Amino acid sequence: MSRLLMCPPDYYGIEYEINPWMRVSNQSNGDRARTQWQALTQVLEKEIGTKLEFMEPVPGLPDLVFTANAGVLHEGKAVPSRFRHPERQREERHFIDWFTKKGYEVINLDAEIYFEGAGDLLEFPEFWIGGYRQRSDIRAYDQLSTIFQKKILTVELVDQRFYHLDTCFCPLSNGELLYFPPAFDAYAQTVIASHVEQNKRFAVPNSEGERFACNAVCIDRHVVLPTGCPETMEWLTQQGYTPHPIELEEFLKAGGSAKCLTLALD
Amino acid sequence: MESQTVTLQGHIIDSLILAKVVDTIVMLGGTFTLSEVTVGTKREDLSHAKIHIEAPTTELLQDILTAIQPHGAVVEAEQDCMVVPAPADGILPEDFYATSHLSTQIRWQGNWIDVPQPEMDLAILVKTSPLSAHMIPMGSVKKGDLVVTGRKGIRVFPLERPKERDVFGFMEAQVSSERPHRHIIADVAKRMKTIQQRRQEGKGSAKVLFAGGPAIIHAGGREALAWIIESGYIHVLFCGNALAAHDMEASLYGTSLGYNLGIGRSVPHGHEHHLRTINRVRALGSIQKAVESGIIKEGIMAACVRKGVPIVLAGTIRDDGPLPEVITDSIKAQEAMRAALPGVELALLVASTLHAVATGNLLPASVPTVCVDINPAVPTKLSDRGSFQAVGLVMDSSSFLRELARELGWKG
Repeated sequence: MSRLLMCPPDYYGIEYEINPWMRVSNQSNGDRARTQWQALTQVLEKEIGTKLEFMEPVPGLPDLVFTANAGVLHEGKAVPSRFRHPERQREERHFIDWFTKKGYEVINLDAEIYFEGAGDLLEFPEFWIGGYRQRSDIRAYDQLSTIFQKKILTVELVDQRFYHLDTCFCPLSNGELLYFPPAFDAYAQTVIASHVEQNKRFAVPNSEGERFACNAVCIDRHVVLPTGCPETMEWLTQQGYTPHPIELEEFLKAGGSAKCLTLALD
Repeated sequence: MESQTVTLQGHIIDSLILAKVVDTIVMLGGTFTLSEVTVGTKREDLSHAKIHIEAPTTELLQDILTAIQPHGAVVEAEQDCMVVPAPADGILPEDFYATSHLSTQIRWQGNWIDVPQPEMDLAILVKTSPLSAHMIPMGSVKKGDLVVTGRKGIRVFPLERPKERDVFGFMEAQVSSERPHRHIIADVAKRMKTIQQRRQEGKGSAKVLFAGGPAIIHAGGREALAWIIESGYIHVLFCGNALAAHDMEASLYGTSLGYNLGIGRSVPHGHEHHLRTINRVRALGSIQKAVESGIIKEGIMAACVRKGVPIVLAGTIRDDGPLPEVITDSIKAQEAMRAALPGVELALLVASTLHAVATGNLLPASVPTVCVDINPAVPTKLSDRGSFQAVGLVMDSSSFLRELARELGWKG
């Protein structure tokens, strides 16, 4: 059974602006955010059968809700994030505490190397893929490759709206891929095209890419994704996946959606 | 040219990061050399590349570095050079840095400083007040002198291709008796004319150096060489006792090593002529006095004295006499030759293995050099000993000098 880490949105809100989606003037609605977040947990637990674990929310850390950015976990090892923005650096110790409490071997990257966890590092069975330039430093991946003994391809993110790899790139459980090509530079697009067969990758249309269609959670043959992405859902269905659209507008105001709200623990 | 070495690590081949970085360098107007590439053998192994970047200006180099650093290019950490005091007079510290004849800089307290007048096989001495760096022969070092050791904080610049599109522009030291000579001699003459013109116009003090052996006299190149010197095309002469002695023998007796230069036959007791010549000059006290007193009337030495061309006469073990100016201490001779080199912009090494190799070893690689000898082994030896910039010309010295003089306007 898959396990995911989530954090209740008790203190979630738009308290600063560190990506083009965030506007303090466009404040989230606390009640609606809680309802949407709970709906996500319902789908994950009840419809898909995922086991969820929860972190304690912390006042003053509105983005702790985006647990994808806690770090990367693999085979009992945890590499915690080092956030680029000071606003989120305060989250680091809470994630580290949680990893330690759960018995993970915590391995830190060298100081002054930014890395934003599973937001920027995603897995295919044969290789991992790391996004750089917006938040994470490319040099983080040399160390991560050595720590986890994995081949990590690095791809440059060129659109500030898609500041984490998981906002524009979603590997699926059977080796397929949802991605939003304009978020990548030409070299990265070539790398992606040469590593994932054409009939296995779906370039999401602009309107759905901008709704964070790629910020989806894939568990076995289920894909949880934001509402308003009909073409992506149709393609997923054709590939044999069951799409679960969820209304997550309140989190899109902070530049996050389903995937950002979860961290895979296995 | 400004340069910097960067390293790149990761899955840089499959991720096209290496391609992106080198494309960026070229796109911004730089050039690069991949000095090391190690490709990981297992899937999780990282690959490494070391890239040497060159750019025409510091600003452009900085732009390139700024553009490639986000892709993981790490500027190779620069360190100051190490210095160790010389343990005794004439003894270099262990692990001293041995120089090349290429343009060299050392890094001292964060700044790169030039080491002027590069010469191969020396050490680098650092003086701290005022700060300067010098190349120094082993024998000249004094106890306590700060000598550069190891290889950190030292950078050596590759030889830049000369701007002139002449024989020196090809920078090939190929030696063959079967290559045509004419265009090489024409290019040498052209350079000599340019240097003479600049001197006449008062633009700088560039010099043409000539190092030669006595075969020039025996083979019949004396007249042409004397004309070239008289015409102001040569500004410093390196030779040994023999060239000077036989040149003056020719002036006094019309012979060279006892052979009459006009009729080509040995003359009775001719083998004594060079000894009598040397003895005469020794009696007068110097070559200069021999010329000024009118005893030596013409020839190479006379031309040098009249034109004020400094002569460095370096002695050898089988010298007769020697002539008064001959420096018999070879280290002192080396020093005198070295002292005459600043400003040399063209070197002609003609018909002397010893002086060609000795002079070649003292010259910076940036000085265009021609080595002329009838024996192909001489230019080859010069090239094998590191003077890769020398253009080798396998031909008789007399033919070379006569042809060169004609290119310069000689009517003989």
